Amino acid sequence: MYLEDTIAAISTPIGEGGIGIIRISGPDSLPIARSIFRKRLDGGLKSHRFYYGHIIDPDSGSLLDEAMAVFMGSPNSFTREDVLELHCHGGYLVVQRVLALTLRHGARLAEPGEFTKRAFLNGRIDLVQAEAIMDVIRSRSEMSLNLAQHQREGLLSLRLAQVKESLLSSLALLEAYIDFPEEDIDHAAKDHIKENAVASLVMLDELLSGFSEGRIIREGVSVVIAGKPNVGKSSLLNALLREKRAIVTAVPGTTRDLIEEQMTIKGLPVKLLDTAGIRESDDQVEREGVKLSLEKLASADLILFVVDGSSPFDDGDRAVLERLTGFSFMVVKNKVDMDTTPVLPFGAEVPVVSVSTRTGQGLMQLQQVIFDFFIHHGDRDSRDFVAISQVRHRDALDGCRQALGTFMANLERAVNPDLLAIDLRDALAALGEVTGETTADDVLDRIFQQFCIGK
Amino acid sequence: MIFYDKHYDVLVVGGGHAGCEAALAAARMGRETLLLTINLDAIALMSCNPAIGGLAKGHLVKEIDALGGEMAKNIDATGIQFRILNTKKGPAVRASRAQADKQQYRLRMKRVLEGEEHLHLKQGEVTALVLNDDTVTGVDTRAGVRYMAKTVILTTGTFMRGLIHIGLVHYSGGRAGDLPSVGLSDNLRELGFAVGRLKTGTPARLDSRTIDFNKLEPQYGDDEPLPFSFSTERIVTRQVPCHIAYTNERSHEIIRSGLDRSPLYSGIIEGVGPRYCPSIEDKVVRFPEKDRHQTFIEPEGLDTVEVYPSGLSTSLPIDVQWQFYRSIVGLERVEIMRPAYAIEYDYVDPIQLHASLETKRLMNLYHAGQINGTSGYEEAAAQGLVAGINAALRVQGKEPLILGRNDAYIGVMIDDLVTLGSKEPYRMFTSRAEYRLLLREDNADLRLRERGHAVGLVRENEYGKFVRKREMIGEELQRLRREKLLPSQADAAFLEEFNLNGVQNALTYEQLLRRPDITATDLSRIDGKIMETPAAVREQVEIQIKYQGYIDRQLEQVERSKKLENARIPRDMQYAGLPGLSTEVQEKLQAFRPDTLGQASRIPGVTPAAITILSIALKSRSGQ
Repeated sequence: MYLEDTIAAISTPIGEGGIGIIRISGPDSLPIARSIFRKRLDGGLKSHRFYYGHIIDPDSGSLLDEAMAVFMGSPNSFTREDVLELHCHGGYLVVQRVLALTLRHGARLAEPGEFTKRAFLNGRIDLVQAEAIMDVIRSRSEMSLNLAQHQREGLLSLRLAQVKESLLSSLALLEAYIDFPEEDIDHAAKDHIKENAVASLVMLDELLSGFSEGRIIREGVSVVIAGKPNVGKSSLLNALLREKRAIVTAVPGTTRDLIEEQMTIKGLPVKLLDTAGIRESDDQVEREGVKLSLEKLASADLILFVVDGSSPFDDGDRAVLERLTGFSFMVVKNKVDMDTTPVLPFGAEVPVVSVSTRTGQGLMQLQQVIFDFFIHHGDRDSRDFVAISQVRHRDALDGCRQALGTFMANLERAVNPDLLAIDLRDALAALGEVTGETTADDVLDRIFQQFCIGK
Repeated sequence: MIFYDKHYDVLVVGGGHAGCEAALAAARMGRETLLLTINLDAIALMSCNPAIGGLAKGHLVKEIDALGGEMAKNIDATGIQFRILNTKKGPAVRASRAQADKQQYRLRMKRVLEGEEHLHLKQGEVTALVLNDDTVTGVDTRAGVRYMAKTVILTTGTFMRGLIHIGLVHYSGGRAGDLPSVGLSDNLRELGFAVGRLKTGTPARLDSRTIDFNKLEPQYGDDEPLPFSFSTERIVTRQVPCHIAYTNERSHEIIRSGLDRSPLYSGIIEGVGPRYCPSIEDKVVRFPEKDRHQTFIEPEGLDTVEVYPSGLSTSLPIDVQWQFYRSIVGLERVEIMRPAYAIEYDYVDPIQLHASLETKRLMNLYHAGQINGTSGYEEAAAQGLVAGINAALRVQGKEPLILGRNDAYIGVMIDDLVTLGSKEPYRMFTSRAEYRLLLREDNADLRLRERGHAVGLVRENEYGKFVRKREMIGEELQRLRREKLLPSQADAAFLEEFNLNGVQNALTYEQLLRRPDITATDLSRIDGKIMETPAAVREQVEIQIKYQGYIDRQLEQVERSKKLENARIPRDMQYAGLPGLSTEVQEKLQAFRPDTLGQASRIPGVTPAAITILSIALKSRSGQ
């Protein structure tokens, strides 16, 4: 059973690095340290002290690595269990060998996220924090790191607490009205209940609308560059990446394969795809490339439709445009450093950005427009941005919102208070899946704070 | 110690509302039962307000009745003003309340006790329990008599180390005019029980001849007084009004000026008082923005001039009381007949009980009523009934009666008490019940009659009546589901009024009744038969149809929670060292020793993760 055993894993990224850390958590942490770690002075490992020593395979007596070790005794560790960390040299083989050694001496290879899971099961962190920590680990960009950090620090919990507070306040008013018919409880209570419910709805909507952004920030977006051949798609990719990743020639149809690159725009993780120019072709290889391009369009979060700003919008462009129907796209008018500026057949609803991949003109603006396309929270600093990014949270808040909607509708229809209370309790219960339960005593505490009750 | 030669099955200590129900239940179940009380003239005395019922409390009284208890019948026979509260807030929170003739209430209950075949009443103060290892076998009294019994139920009310406060004066007493019980709580403490201290209070009793009722607003009962008991045909006692009065700024000034001599604010009182029933000085201090507080002047009976001003309890000195009560409009010349006072008393934290109300520490010992930190006659009576039933069942060698949170308010209350304990006097509120829509006053018999009959408390004639009612409800539901409104044949005015003109398909009567705007009375315009059923049946049918959507939702929730509620935790479960549980949670579980996973999940601080771990541990344990 996983609750009783000791787990181990490499905690640093696989590959070459300055140091590589093997983390071990569970009751066998200290015995494992005793078996395989030899420090210079005698005596045991004191908790939270860093020791220099050697990792030795006790069976063969051979030296595996020179290392530092730190033991963190329960409950003052990340998992609240005994934790041992071995800081080795960062070579791929070295850390693998040390890990294998710990496994031979009683540890089991940890499942992904198992350290965090133990921290949660042992009550050190709540579920929201546990999920946020997983996000911190998985963050691929600074912005998603900020979002995750904020969740971890409880900003999301704070916002949710505000919603809960507001709902609880409504419920207390309602319950006081029900349970104390002989007290002169304010009849304006109904208005307060409504105000609170509306305020809760607004907050929920804000959080829910942040979900898509939260997900985008966490998982990144895919942006596909498309257009007829030789309008400068590959040049755009190179210009955005600031490196020569794609081969650029004056010969149309040079790019025949897909080129995929990762970049971040103002902290937003972006997967950038350069595609083969879309046109009818007799060339077998190019035709395959075009087919792939078309497939990619369907899975893109945004398509950059590149047109040649130095020549008129022609049938070739129109053929591409037809393929874009139904997808999110914006127009990138390239080569604007050259003379002619063609009239484009787009209304104001399609953003058009003029760039020159040769001079770099307009590239900053393009990045801004791409960013704004995904992130709508205006000028707020991304470091203050709180969003829900877990499907589980979204579902819970959705449930809360639905129950609250029913409640508001029933409130308008003057449905009996005993039923209204059920709707409101359902809303709180849904919210409780993220924030923790609301107990009867919470409601009563609130009633006694707010009202002078007593026969 | 002198041994009494008779050996009882059930011995009840205390003759208050808990003690009466406990003793009656045990005796009616055929057990030889002894009730010991300090004062036989104070059986079922209403020490505080002369009323029964109210929100959630009315629900308890109906449940007591459905199970075969006495409280509902007793108030039906002696009530002098009946009202249904919350008539417009939905069927779940509708509740009955009645003013009682205090002396008649007490005397009738005593007559019922005296008339019970297996029940014996004796006066005596119990000072200690008699034990055989971890099993209680009897009690010792101050007079030096030892009574032996197979089971003992403690219902000590406010009597254990009772201390009465009027201003800075305080003296020992179980209640104004009664001696305290000294020694028993020390004995319990010595036996290892955690004993705490609570406080409650009562207002002065006023002379109604010195009140100008012309200045007050009368409040009458319902035109047609409805009984509490499912067995009572109708209320026959004379009905009288209450009167509403208000405190004012000058009253509050008087209260404030007396605070320096308040035992509450000078720190003399250490017991915790109820927040929902604060003294008037508490209200004035905590809600300074309120310029007046309401009081109902309640009659204490038909043959007395004494009246009870609700909500105006105080422990301020008598001279402040004089000034205070006389500051109220209409009470300018009022004479106090008995002063208001606060009382502190010992209670035993109910966390030390099983859901059967038997103590975890000592076998065959049960606690009920204020000793468990509750307040209110109804709460006490409900516990007394359950303790009485379970003591009798123990003697019969049967499993205890345990009501779930979805069965009854009684179940909610006992579960709250034994899982959360009580830190202030516990009172029932409807908001404590998560399945409130299922636990209505009107269906208390449908929920509990069968249980009461099974243990032998519901008499055959009453049970037969219930079975007939249940059948009629079923038949009427069937009929309404079957019979249809044919638009072609129906009354045009009815179709017009309820917007049914465009309706093509024939609607069943059930579908019509489901609409919020169509009542059974409306339906009777096109359905002649619906008025042929008794009112109680009609009410039940209407509620079940109208609220079916919500009722089904709550039933689903009950079903979901059953998994946890039905998962029993063995009594010898060892939490210490259980892998994955934090030390804090281990200690909590070890201290509370929950009977089921459901109970464990309601202990504050026990996380859902801990419950998961616990359920895994239970499974692996049962697998071994």
